[in-house]
Amino acid sequence: MNALSIQNLSKQYTNGHVALDNVSLQVKEGDFFGLLGPNGAGKSTLIGILTSIVRKTSGNVSVFDKNIDVDFPAARSLLGVVPQEFNFNLFEKVWQVLVFQAGYYGVNRKTALGKVEELLSRLGLHEQRNSSVRMLSGGMKRRLMIARALIHSPRLLILDEPTAGVDVELRHLTWKFVDEINKNGVTIILTTHYLEEAENLCKNIAIIDNGKIIENTSTKNLLRQLDNQTIELELSTRLKTPPVLNDFSIELSDTTTLKIQCSRKADINSLFTMLSKKKIKVIGMLNRSARLEELFVKITGKG
Amino acid sequence: MISSNWIAFRTIIFKETVRILRIWTQTLLPSAITSVLYFIIFGKIIGDRVGSMVGIGYIEFIAPGLILMAVITNSYGNVSSSFFSSKFQRNVEEMLVSPASEHVIILGYAAGGILRGSIVGLIVTVISMIFTKLQVFDLLIIVSMVLLTAMLFSLAGLVNALLASKFDDIGIIPTFILTPLNYLGGIFFSISMLPEFWQKVAALNPVLYMVNTFRYGFLGVSDTSITFSFVFLGLVVLALYLLSMKLFISGKGMRN
Repeated sequence: MNALSIQNLSKQYTNGHVALDNVSLQVKEGDFFGLLGPNGAGKSTLIGILTSIVRKTSGNVSVFDKNIDVDFPAARSLLGVVPQEFNFNLFEKVWQVLVFQAGYYGVNRKTALGKVEELLSRLGLHEQRNSSVRMLSGGMKRRLMIARALIHSPRLLILDEPTAGVDVELRHLTWKFVDEINKNGVTIILTTHYLEEAENLCKNIAIIDNGKIIENTSTKNLLRQLDNQTIELELSTRLKTPPVLNDFSIELSDTTTLKIQCSRKADINSLFTMLSKKKIKVIGMLNRSARLEELFVKITGKG
Repeated sequence: MISSNWIAFRTIIFKETVRILRIWTQTLLPSAITSVLYFIIFGKIIGDRVGSMVGIGYIEFIAPGLILMAVITNSYGNVSSSFFSSKFQRNVEEMLVSPASEHVIILGYAAGGILRGSIVGLIVTVISMIFTKLQVFDLLIIVSMVLLTAMLFSLAGLVNALLASKFDDIGIIPTFILTPLNYLGGIFFSISMLPEFWQKVAALNPVLYMVNTFRYGFLGVSDTSITFSFVFLGLVVLALYLLSMKLFISGKGMRN
């Protein structure tokens, strides 16, 4: 079954700007789906339509076969959304934000309170349960947004830039948490500017640009399109100039570090053989390719 | 779905109750202080010189109107400020993305306004009993008029909040419309004292029907027909409800 089915979706704003142009997209149940695109590509408009904050001009959208126009209560109850910007009542307490949200979805207070305890513990916010939202740090607010989106146990979770502006530790904690949720059967749609995030988490990726889907495939297929890779080698031998080797473009980053660019099909074994012949000893190796980022620039033409 | 909407409705009322009690110095206290001042200045100091109004002691005459004025300003202020804040901070989206219907959201906020209007009405009633002896002529009319008035002004506050795009917009109506309607609505005088032309103008003021019917519940005297008042106010409530619904469906300021 498709968790999300979009057919011929278009949105033209009153100022004439076409944000979405005949978009069709399917997301399978259980998928971890990445929706990528440059600023202004139409990602937020698309998410806005799914969550009913933006009105579509034409097209059809179904969530687990429930049409968002015809059967909106059922469709909305299957959806959870983590918006890009904080939209809390800053004066409410953390537990109140969650209990109120559960109530809007028809979850009774007793069930909601149990779920509040579970989510706050899992997201490391239990100590803050009686704090006002305005007293939370930015990272805590982000986690509270995730808890709020999950309070009614949705089957499809939409994460709109969930790790924007959060530190590395929290980003990894968020990745781990959403990955667990996905493994427990919740379908996830992620938009992000951190392409590393999409590469690590998403099974399938669509790229949207100028309101059109320009790529929609598995993450593996997408990465196969890359022609080049960048490898960094750490040396025990100090060098003054980079060695010259056939099929490899080599730069000397510093006296003990080589930055090598080559085709993804290049024989890396031959690289090591040639370096050994030149008495250059390698003690470490890193693949430095920002792979999805390179591909994104290549596909959209926007760096 | 009914049970789900019922839980959502109760949640909005609970949320509004928490808000009213959290900021009680802004929601409950001001009307108590204002009413004490009204009773001292208009009821005692000026009232003793006025004597009686349509055969009733002046302080007894104005007491029902002062209670209802508190209900009007508080039910209106509660919904206009609470809903506009939600819209401004965008946490109204918490409700908009949920399965809760527009009816549930409108009725939930209206119920919040009725709740605050009723609590403040009760506080002012207790204060008025310090200054005068309140008699009850018809309790059913008193209660039903408080609820109808609070419902009407809660919906008016919601319409204001739905149309407002900045905080100034929710201050204009109370200052330039609500206050004149209250003062010219027969709280401090009987419209029978007005020249005939101004009596006809006053008859267009819905507050006049509320105040007179409410006063009838206490004193058994009224300048207006009780049945007409209920029908007229009921129609205004219906019109405001339909307008709120239309604005909600249009998504003005909330949905793009």
